[in-house]
Amino acid sequence: MSEENNKKPTRREFIHIATTAVGAVGAGCIALPLVTQMNPDASVKALAKVEVDISKIEKGNEVTIMWRGKPIFIRRRTDEEVQKAREVKIEDLKDPQKDQERVKKGKDEWLVMVGVCTHLGCVPLKQQGEFGGWFCPCHGSHYDISGRIRKGPAPVNMEVPNYEFVSDTKILIG
Amino acid sequence: MSETNYKPTSSFGKWFDERLPLLTLFNGHLMQYPTPKNLNYWWTFGGILTFCLMTQIITGIVLAMHYTAHADMAFSSVEHIMRDVNYGWLIRYIHANGASMFFLAVYIHIFRALFYGSYKSPREVIWILGIFIYILMMAAAFMGYVLPWGQMSFWGATVITNLFSAIPLVGESITQWLWGGYSVDNPTLTRFFSLHYLIPFLILGLVVLHIWALHVPGNNNPVGIDLKKDGSDTVPFHPYIVIKDLFALVIFMIIFAGFVFYAPNVLGHSDNYIPADPLITPAHIVPEWYLLPFYAILRSVPDKLGGVILMFSAILILAALPWLDTSKVRSAVFRPIYKQFFWILVLDVLILGYIGAMPAEGAYVAIGRVATVYYFAHFLIIMPVLGFVEKTKPVPLSIADPIISGSGNLAAAKKDKNLN
Amino acid sequence: MKKFFITIFFSFICFNLYAAGDAAKPLKVDWSFNGLFGKFDRSQLQRGFQVYKEVCASCHSMQYLSYRNLGEKGGPEFSDAEVKAIAAGYQIKDGPNEEGEMFERAGLPKDKFKSPYPNEKAARAVNGGAYPPDMSVLVKARAGGANYIYSILMGYDENPPANLKLEDGVYYNKYMPGYKIKMAKPLNEGSVEYADGTKATVSQMSKDVTAFLTWSAEPHLEKRKRIGFKTIVYLLIFSILVFFSMKKIWSRIETKV
Repeated sequence: MSEENNKKPTRREFIHIATTAVGAVGAGCIALPLVTQMNPDASVKALAKVEVDISKIEKGNEVTIMWRGKPIFIRRRTDEEVQKAREVKIEDLKDPQKDQERVKKGKDEWLVMVGVCTHLGCVPLKQQGEFGGWFCPCHGSHYDISGRIRKGPAPVNMEVPNYEFVSDTKILIG
Repeated sequence: MSETNYKPTSSFGKWFDERLPLLTLFNGHLMQYPTPKNLNYWWTFGGILTFCLMTQIITGIVLAMHYTAHADMAFSSVEHIMRDVNYGWLIRYIHANGASMFFLAVYIHIFRALFYGSYKSPREVIWILGIFIYILMMAAAFMGYVLPWGQMSFWGATVITNLFSAIPLVGESITQWLWGGYSVDNPTLTRFFSLHYLIPFLILGLVVLHIWALHVPGNNNPVGIDLKKDGSDTVPFHPYIVIKDLFALVIFMIIFAGFVFYAPNVLGHSDNYIPADPLITPAHIVPEWYLLPFYAILRSVPDKLGGVILMFSAILILAALPWLDTSKVRSAVFRPIYKQFFWILVLDVLILGYIGAMPAEGAYVAIGRVATVYYFAHFLIIMPVLGFVEKTKPVPLSIADPIISGSGNLAAAKKDKNLN
Repeated sequence: MKKFFITIFFSFICFNLYAAGDAAKPLKVDWSFNGLFGKFDRSQLQRGFQVYKEVCASCHSMQYLSYRNLGEKGGPEFSDAEVKAIAAGYQIKDGPNEEGEMFERAGLPKDKFKSPYPNEKAARAVNGGAYPPDMSVLVKARAGGANYIYSILMGYDENPPANLKLEDGVYYNKYMPGYKIKMAKPLNEGSVEYADGTKATVSQMSKDVTAFLTWSAEPHLEKRKRIGFKTIVYLLIFSILVFFSMKKIWSRIETKV
């Protein structure tokens, strides 16, 4: 092999450690933008919250709006429907949850849910099924008038997204 | 070099290497590979080019996640990248300026080979592979420039694809086949996107062959002579060349960063920030700077087909260089006449580049023609003739000689008992 | 010899190689966003937006800008409430609704800037065949950049040379290539009444709107220069470390050629 006086250093020399460490920092800084570019971009984040005017929804009616690519059911329940939802025995539920936990205080008539079946993701049909709520035709999940799973393969109740009443006629979802 | 007695250290390494000798390969070609110890910084550009290729591929793949290859949406998708995508502006500017840096490095790399005779036997295949890589680079860059669908994208594509109609008989059909229509339009854009994504991987494959072919004879060196067989003239690639390549790369990156962060559009053309309009032709259609010399050669011939043939010949003539150059001496260090002609060629290419950027009018045309003729004369006349008539300086016996004996004088070196 | 060629090579790169056409050289302004540490002046951007909104927006679109951009860091940085108010001032086409019809609604921050015309042909029809260009990236789309845009706005006041024939609807502008422009002088003293009380001279408004257009073309300019500085400092430090590592390694060889 080579004749050069190749004294292989037996201890790591400081300069090489420093160079390697600083180089690693640089490599990390390069990696950061390459990874974060896949995060939701500004235009997607701008759509992440949606304000909905609920003033036109009458009692007993429901609208579906899109939020983050998914349907949102906004139902203004009648007083009977709210009462019916609260009469259900919690122990009977597959995913025990009181109706009161699924609405905002003082706004009990308003039910806001992500309209996606928690089984495999189909969109349930309104005013169908055996429990006065929604029915998912894909595999037969029945949801009650509080959006809770009552019968069928879905494991949990329909999701209530983060939302708030910014006024009596507007809700902000997201 | 394939006779290294490398044994992987870990048991997993041993197990794996017995089945697929990647570790042995890596060790042989990137760590122990004997490299001349007298290489200067002009030899660092191979490593720099590898970095450029990786940078373009990585930033390109990321951009493709956000880009829409459709004539109606391409321009706005690029604006979306610049404005909304996290660090999109940075990745786009790195990719656009990276192309320019890639060509800057490749031109230095090519001119290094011209100066030191790296294309000469037994390295002809490395050189020819390099020319193929260069041609693919130009194709990739040309198509990449079309993708933002600005005015220069569209009109540059129109001008260059129209060249194919110069081919007799089948020219029109070929051009329509290229376009996918009767002019540059959406079908052209979508296929350019596909090919632009493909070509860098073809380049990657050719680069592997290029390095493999290099490792057969080993690197050339500034003195241009063959090395001693006993290994005293070489150092192992790792860590000696790795660290030197890294140093050169960091300096290169400073220049790169200067463009990306402080002058990201100076190498481009402002017209490309105007969305493509088939009804409005820009006042001056110009390709990117790295294609300008060939553009000048193209326009120097009044005949369309003639210009096309001459332009392609200007690239292909490089492939013939190992045979056009008749000199027995490799390195221009020992070729005083050739050295002058080398620098004149550099000047000639720079002039061609300048002419390519100017409108094809007046004195520019005449200068362009002279520069074009000279370019071909360099390869077809000067190189062959020089090999016969040039009185070269004596070449040293070994790479250590010029320092020890104080001169490149062969006779004096032969007398020096220490060296023989 | 080598240094000579390298200098020539780099000077070619740095000069604008492309022929400029006849026009006076643009005026030079010492913009706050110039230089290694350039930054936008927030109030200038806000004033510039006001000029755009009240003067330019009647003919020029900014289709790549969204109202929310006005509140983002690095720009005019209007407050959330101000952005909402600005957006709500526009009627934006949306739909189709449940009846299948398009309808108008108040603008939201996420909406793109409303264009004065529905399409290019409509724009040309109303402007004597000329298309008022979209201004989102106009500063990058013109050689000379911000200086050029500023110069055009200032270039109307000279008396045209006698031998220049001006057709109907064409005006003389010293800085326009060919000296003719189809836009009438857009800014006059007091065209806009600035909310912050700044005197609205032509020069002031021209500077302000040009700065605004520069931000519009390069919304991340400040971040770019900031990261650039850190990057180059880092690379310089790293290059020094690598240099010493290199020297250390190569010192193992006694004779280096």
